[in-house]
Amino acid sequence: MTYSAGYGDPESGGPATAWRDGWPVYDRSGTVCVIGAGPSGLTAMKNLKEQGFGVDCYERDTSVGGAWNWRHDRSPVYASTHLISSKPFSQFPDFPMPDSWPDYPKHSQVLEYLEHYADHFDLKPHIWFGTEVVKVEPAEGERWDVTTRSTGGYGGERIHRYAAVVIANGHNWSPKRPEYEGLEDFRGEVIHAAQFKDAAQLRNKKVLVIGAGNTGCDIAVEAAQQAARCWHSTRRGYWYTPKYTLGRPADQVNDLMLWLKLPLRARQFLAHRTLKSTVGDLTRFGLPQPDHKIYETHTIVNSQLIYYLGHGAVSPVPDVARFHRNSVELKGGEVIEPDLVVLATGYHPSFDFIDGNLLGVDAHGRPRLAMHAFPKRQPTLAVAGLLQPDSGLFPLVHWQMVAFARMLRVREAAPAKAVAVQRKLEAELDRRWITAKVKDSTRHWFEISHTTYLKAIQRLLDELSLEGAK
Amino acid sequence: MKVLRAREWAFPIAPVRREVRRATPEVDEGKPPVLFVPGFGHGAWVFAEHWLEHTADRGFPAYAVSLRGHGDSAKAPKATLRAYAHDVAQVAASLPRRAVIVGHGAGALVAAHALARYPARAAVLLSPVFGGAGTALRNPMLSLPALFGGGLRLPAGQLFSRELPTSASRGYAARLGRASTRAQWQLLRGRAPQPPVGDPPVLVVGSPDDRIVSDTALRRVARGYGGAPLLFPGMGHDLMLDTRWREPIDAILDWLEKSA
Repeated sequence: MTYSAGYGDPESGGPATAWRDGWPVYDRSGTVCVIGAGPSGLTAMKNLKEQGFGVDCYERDTSVGGAWNWRHDRSPVYASTHLISSKPFSQFPDFPMPDSWPDYPKHSQVLEYLEHYADHFDLKPHIWFGTEVVKVEPAEGERWDVTTRSTGGYGGERIHRYAAVVIANGHNWSPKRPEYEGLEDFRGEVIHAAQFKDAAQLRNKKVLVIGAGNTGCDIAVEAAQQAARCWHSTRRGYWYTPKYTLGRPADQVNDLMLWLKLPLRARQFLAHRTLKSTVGDLTRFGLPQPDHKIYETHTIVNSQLIYYLGHGAVSPVPDVARFHRNSVELKGGEVIEPDLVVLATGYHPSFDFIDGNLLGVDAHGRPRLAMHAFPKRQPTLAVAGLLQPDSGLFPLVHWQMVAFARMLRVREAAPAKAVAVQRKLEAELDRRWITAKVKDSTRHWFEISHTTYLKAIQRLLDELSLEGAK
Repeated sequence: MKVLRAREWAFPIAPVRREVRRATPEVDEGKPPVLFVPGFGHGAWVFAEHWLEHTADRGFPAYAVSLRGHGDSAKAPKATLRAYAHDVAQVAASLPRRAVIVGHGAGALVAAHALARYPARAAVLLSPVFGGAGTALRNPMLSLPALFGGGLRLPAGQLFSRELPTSASRGYAARLGRASTRAQWQLLRGRAPQPPVGDPPVLVVGSPDDRIVSDTALRRVARGYGGAPLLFPGMGHDLMLDTRWREPIDAILDWLEKSA
């Protein structure tokens, strides 16, 4: 077996030291492998580096930013994407976004931020761009063999052995498409929100948007401005939180209540009162009454949807019953004739490069992870950023990765302590990190409340403090 | 390390216009940028006088920020220590590479607060005034007006050594401003900053003849960061404006070359 020289090992090009199924394995000793250079991968690298680890990152695309890089073919970003959490909740806790940016930055600013983060902390030299991970397999001594190749599959595969692996491949790129009766016979155009890039796609069409997630609402608002007609189909009634309440970003008001240690019921009461006095009765707009209290589903932050409902530019309709050749039948019997259907029905997490059993993946494709990050009996494996928080994601992934890097350090310095911490984590394998009882919680299985989650991280970090351990 | 910061998130610091002075080396040698943080009453100009150019000459991109309400930054009569630390973290994070933070006087305390919110490559605390009752008691005539809402009195005789010609020291003293009343109160209260993130090496620099910071106070700060202070006898509190300004900055840059 020959291997092109200098193409085997990321740094030294040295000889293989082990073999796997007849293929050479290049040992990267204490180095940690990070899969993906999106926000989660970048903060994983930065925090591992900070704790003194070597890192190799594999990125299937040719630039950083992951989902936030609109140039990437798997990016779900559309032209008008803006953050729905304000800056304090959206930035890494040790790297503030510029003061000159607005409360809710645009997707291109988020990308600029991530690129600056990568340059500032000198991460790019560690990233292998245009390289995808094919396989991650356990090796002896709780280490990992990672098989990679050029994106697209040409060129040979190569295997490196790592001390630990961080899976940061994102969870917003594999579209979830619901099954509808008659969908294949429908002659209009059907796209998933992942294929929606620009409002021009909607111009002068009769558009049906399915799904009341944040993306669905954004697209409905775009359609209200661009399309000839817009129907917005939702399964149930929701609370639509405006971006600003009481003169400040709504999430800052929420955290003010949290800082004042108001119990959930009091926060719900105040939020209901505020919405009632500003937005009013949602049924007036033809929307169903929410069948749950606020904070019990993933927060929808949209100030404009109600506005366009008020203009009659968006017609709220119930769930789709079935598709016909030229029309769509809704539950309740109404028939509409859209020529473009946008499925804003979300995404699946997907880990096709690793044996699902290692992550405890169940029949629905949901991994079983302590704190949504740490798999059972795999102390050197972590999944970064698999969270759906009620605030911004970046601070949470940052702390996840600080904790993981510390855990790896403690494993070296005080192995007994690391085992104890790992046991404790595993005891809470099925714990949910939410305060409110979440509606339809099997669908929202990685929904978390940022305060509950961060409190747990704080506890974990305190346990992992090395003082007095040696 | 405090992870949950609901109060900070609920009350973000208001943006302001900030004065940043810079001197960059002609050839980029890949050395880390150095960000200077002046103390209370001082503006970026105190570093622009000698140190910025000198640092750039030695190959380090050099920056100095005026905390809000100081120098040519926007007025901020109600600024808190947190707002000052925010100014430092904002400028540090805007630099192309991970920065070294150098804080002087009460600016060293501001820098120490910023270190808990930005993982600096290294930090230098110059004649650090970490506040508390001890500092106030040592300098009763300086801090007394501050107790009643006035500015800290910073007479030239307290800031500079006798080697500096009177005309120069008077000129400098005339350019001094004042920090906000709230920040002065917080300084007197002297609450310890949170530990730095990213575990940066920290150097404490001072003078045993500093008439504002006592030798004990200097050593206490240095011990807090696990070291001993680097001393420049005979110099005043404002090391960067004194006649022998070259010695401390050279020692700091030598240290940076070794440890950062």
